[in-house]
This record gives sequence, C-alpha cells and structure tokens, in this order.
Amino acid sequence: MNKTVNQKAWFLILPVLVLVAFSAVIPLMTVVNYSVQDTFGNNQFFWAGIDWFREMMESERMWDALGRQIAFSAIILAIEIPLGIFVALNMPKRGFWASFCLVLMSLPLLIPWNVVGTIWQIFGRVDIGLLGYTLDAMGIDYNYTQNFYAAWVTVIVMDVWHWTSLVALLAYAGLQSIPDAYYQAAKIDQASRWAVFRFIELPKITGVLMIAILLRFMDSFMIYTEPFVVTGGGPGNSTTFLSIDLVKMALGQFDLGPAAAFSIMYYLVILLISYVFYTVMTNLDKRDGH
Amino acid sequence: MAKITLDNLAHSYLPNPQGEQDFALKELNHDWVDGEAYALLGSSGCGKSTLLNIISGLLHPSQGRILFDDKDVTHAPTTERNIAQVFQFPVVYDTMSVRDNLAFPLRNRGADAAYVRDRVQQIAQMIGMEEMLNRKARGLTADAKQKISLGRGMVREDVNALLFDEPLTVIDPHMKWELRTQLKSLHHEFGHTMIYVTHDQTEALTFADKVVVMYDGRVVQMGTPQELFERPEHTFVGYFIGSPGMNVLDATVSGDKAVLNGTEIPLGQGFGALSGKVELGVRPEFTRLTNGDTGLPVTVKRIEDVGRHKIVRADFNGTEINVIAEEGSSIPADANRIVFDPAGINIYADSWRVAPLGGK
Repeated sequence: MNKTVNQKAWFLILPVLVLVAFSAVIPLMTVVNYSVQDTFGNNQFFWAGIDWFREMMESERMWDALGRQIAFSAIILAIEIPLGIFVALNMPKRGFWASFCLVLMSLPLLIPWNVVGTIWQIFGRVDIGLLGYTLDAMGIDYNYTQNFYAAWVTVIVMDVWHWTSLVALLAYAGLQSIPDAYYQAAKIDQASRWAVFRFIELPKITGVLMIAILLRFMDSFMIYTEPFVVTGGGPGNSTTFLSIDLVKMALGQFDLGPAAAFSIMYYLVILLISYVFYTVMTNLDKRDGH
Repeated sequence: MAKITLDNLAHSYLPNPQGEQDFALKELNHDWVDGEAYALLGSSGCGKSTLLNIISGLLHPSQGRILFDDKDVTHAPTTERNIAQVFQFPVVYDTMSVRDNLAFPLRNRGADAAYVRDRVQQIAQMIGMEEMLNRKARGLTADAKQKISLGRGMVREDVNALLFDEPLTVIDPHMKWELRTQLKSLHHEFGHTMIYVTHDQTEALTFADKVVVMYDGRVVQMGTPQELFERPEHTFVGYFIGSPGMNVLDATVSGDKAVLNGTEIPLGQGFGALSGKVELGVRPEFTRLTNGDTGLPVTVKRIEDVGRHKIVRADFNGTEINVIAEEGSSIPADANRIVFDPAGINIYADSWRVAPLGGK
C-alpha cells in the first residue's frame, strides 16, 4: 500500500509547537541566554562564552551539592520502594478497611510541600515539638539545626513519610490487577510466601514499580521546599541539595550567569537519567514480547 | 489417589444464608470413586466451580464434610490435600523458564533433582513443548501457556486427584481435541481420580467415564453418557445434553396413555398417579414425521441439513418440536404429524423423571 505524501501535514503540529514554545522553549532559552553572558547590572550584558560552565565544572560547591543530592535520592529510594511494596502487600484487598487504608495512605500526598516542611519543622523542635521533645527527654542528642546526622535523618524521614504512600498506592494497584487464579495455583503448587512474592507479585508489579522509581527519583532529585523549610540547607551546607544551592546562587547572590549554567547542567543530568530509565523500561517491555 | 466423599456438603457465599435459594451449592452427598474420570457439566453459575474449589480446599464449605479416603479434610489447607488443579485461564510464572514452571510443584515439595529432570522431560513430551523448555514463559501464546498449566497439573504423580476447571476454553479447537485425548490416555496410564469441569457437553461426554450434571447448585444426574442420553433424570439434563436437546411437552398422563393438547399418545408403559406439573420428554432421535392420521398434528417450520442428518423444526400448538431425520430418509412433502417411539419417551413430574410401573 502506498502512503500518501503530504508535507502540509506538518502544519498540524503547529499548535503544539506554539504551546511548547511558550511553556518550555522560550523560558529555557532565557536561561541559556544568561548562561553565556555576564552583566554588571543596568541590563547590560557581555558575551562570556562557556566561562560559567567551566567555572561550575570546577566548583567544589556544585560537586558537593550534587554528591549530597545523589546520596539523598539513593537513600530515599532504597527506603521508600521496599517499604511501599511492603505496605501494599499488607493492605486489605477489599471491603471497608481497604477503602479506609487507601484514604489514609493518600493523606500525606494531599499536603502541600511547604506545609509538610512546617509540620516537621515544628514536630522536630526540641522545645515544643513532640518528636524533638520526646527524643530529648529520652536522652538522645537530637537537634536538626545543629547536628549533621539529626538533620539528615529528619529530612529523610520526612520524605519517607510524605512519599512512601505514592509507591504503596502504585504497588497496590499493580497487586490488585493480579487474578485470584495465580494465588490459587500457587497454593496448589505449594509455593512458599516468598516464592509467591518473587514469582507472581513482583513480576506483575514491575511496570508500576518502574514508574514509581522514576517519579520518586525525579521528584527527590528536584526537592527544594521541604528541606528548605526544615533545615534551610543546614547545619552548614549539610542539607543543601542542588535546587537549594541553585536558588541561593541565583536569588541570594544574584549570580545569574553561574546559576544559569548550573540550571542547564542540572537539567541535562535529570534528562540523562530519565532517558536511561526510559530505555530500561522499554527494554523490559520488549523482553515481554519475546 | 483417593476416594473423595462429600458428606452433606453445601456452600453459600453469604455469611448468613436464609433459605435454599441463598446456597450456591445445595446439599450434596456423593462419592467420587478412586481412579475414575468425572466430568462436571452444567451451564455457567450452576455451582460447578464452587464444588471444585471446595474439593481443592481453596474454599471452605458452609456446612458438611469432605473426606479423602475416609479422612476428614474439610478444614485442611490446600497444600495438605495434595491436589492438582488447572484453571480456566492459563497461570504461568512469567519470569521462569518453561522448564522451571513445570518443575516448580516438584521442587516445592523437595523432589530429587534427577527425578525432577526426567519427569519434566516426560511431561514436556506429553504436552509437545520439549523444544521450548529453556525459553521464558513470558510472551508465549495463550495456547502454550495453558499447556504449561496443564503440564504443571500433571507433573506430580502422587496427587490425590486432578481437577480441571474448564481448562480448554482458551485452546484452539484442533489442539483441544489433542489435549483431551492426551488427558484421557494419561488417565488410563496413571489412574488418577480426575474431575473435569466444563459447560461443553461434547467435552464432558468424550472425556469422562461418569458425567455429573449440575443445575442451579444441585447435582441433577450422574451417570454414563448413555444413561444421560436415554434416561435423563431431570428435564434440564434432557435439553442440556443432546443437539438439539430433548423435546419437553406439557401432558396429562393416565395409565399407559398421555394426552397432549387433546391428542392421545401411547406410552408403552404404565404410570401411577402423578402430581405436580407433568411433562413428556422425548429426544429428537426418537421422533418421526409422517402424514398419517396418528401422532401429534404439527406444522413444519423449517428443515436444517447438518450433514449427517436433518433437523426438522416443527410447531405443535405454539411449542417447538425438533425431529431428527436420518440422512437418506425422505421427509414427506405434506408431513403434518409426528409420532414418538415409545422406548424413547420419559415422563416428568415437576421436572424430575418418574419411573414407569414395574420398570426402571
């Protein structure tokens, strides 16, 4: 069959092109524009080439923030994914308690980021916060404004509290789609609980788990509000993640050039990692086919 | 292998069943003889899968007991019953190879590796999947997956019973025939007790020694295919089995005569006084079209030639009567009467067959 060739069809994508131009391309180009120029104010710009990029590549501050960021994302993924699966496995499958659990699980997801930050900021305070006061009364040295470990633990526990539900809900949806016959067959075959998980449940939820990992990775890699509200990036720079550092640089110090270069590199890193995820996921699908 | 006894068994999916209508499976007493092949036949929702799941222990009955070789297993979990069951839709472990799938039930029971290897090879040969043993089960066709499920069901030699829950629904017609034949030969070879659930009468009649017909949560008849054909105990058996099914007509019966809408029919056998709704059942195979003065006056509606015989659809006073005319027999052009062969007539009171006086 011969395909009809009509180059005018390209016009059909024009609306999308316009929308994307305004929502993404033009703002992004502004950033690109800043990243290759220098200014001394007065809206006067000078060509700077790739100086800012070179500077950022050599900046210890940027590499430290990136290191902290990767550590943070890795830790919360390592906790939230297994924990989310575990919670999903133990949620009731049907009836009143199933709905109850679903609502309960969705609650943290409905709370705005800065409110989550505020909740934990107060919760962890040694003077008036329930958590901080209790830990302090138990003789544990806990102060997230001064202690490096306390700050990290607080930020991680907060993220786990906020987002494990998402993983659990996705995994739960995946588990619900497994027909009863699989569990019945497993009983007939005398499969152990572990074997049921390993050979029935896990393979069936791989798809949604990949989505959960991708979402949690992207979100945690871009995290800003919650740690900013709780620790403000401290003590010192110990919880200054990439976007906190970026905002400090761009708005705090008004170093638009370096911040723009930083933004672009940040963007490219996320793009790269998402691309790797995408490739892995589509390869998984292909493996399904044959 | 074991004899399976159902003692006063009944099941309701409701927590507090009020009356008989709440039971998906009505009270049932029955022995499944060791080593026989049974087919559970009935339309959808008649309780056959419920019964099967109770036997395998996936479901616990609301009342009654179930015994394997006289040992009470009513509350025993599935694993203790040592049962194999194949489900309607294929269940395979996607991430395992075909070989591991087949070996899974054996390995879970700690079977010896050498034995597992030989047994898997044997089963693979039986289901015709030897070449595929090393590939992943993921992405196979529904046919192939169901063959793996069947293979997994048959891989254990020491099972108490093999249960099949409409296992061939998703299989191609020609493959259906082949697998059914294999199941049958497997049955002859190993002598497992087999229970095969289906709504397809051909499948039931060709597979089983004994066919158990269920209707509305009740076992209405159990017998050999021939018994079901010649003496349906319930009008449901009459019209569910046979193609087309039995003609069931309202009648009044006195002695050895039946009167159908004013026409008298000789029955050949005498009947006592009958109460309830009386019906006369006769299979199309025992009817004949004529143009004489005897028999039921009918109008022929249409004739379907199905190859080996012709099916005549005739109208008797608003009720359809089917007649099977053998190939080569001529149908009179002015046929207006149907006569019944008395040997093929059964009388029903309230849907249940009434035995003639002095007969079976």
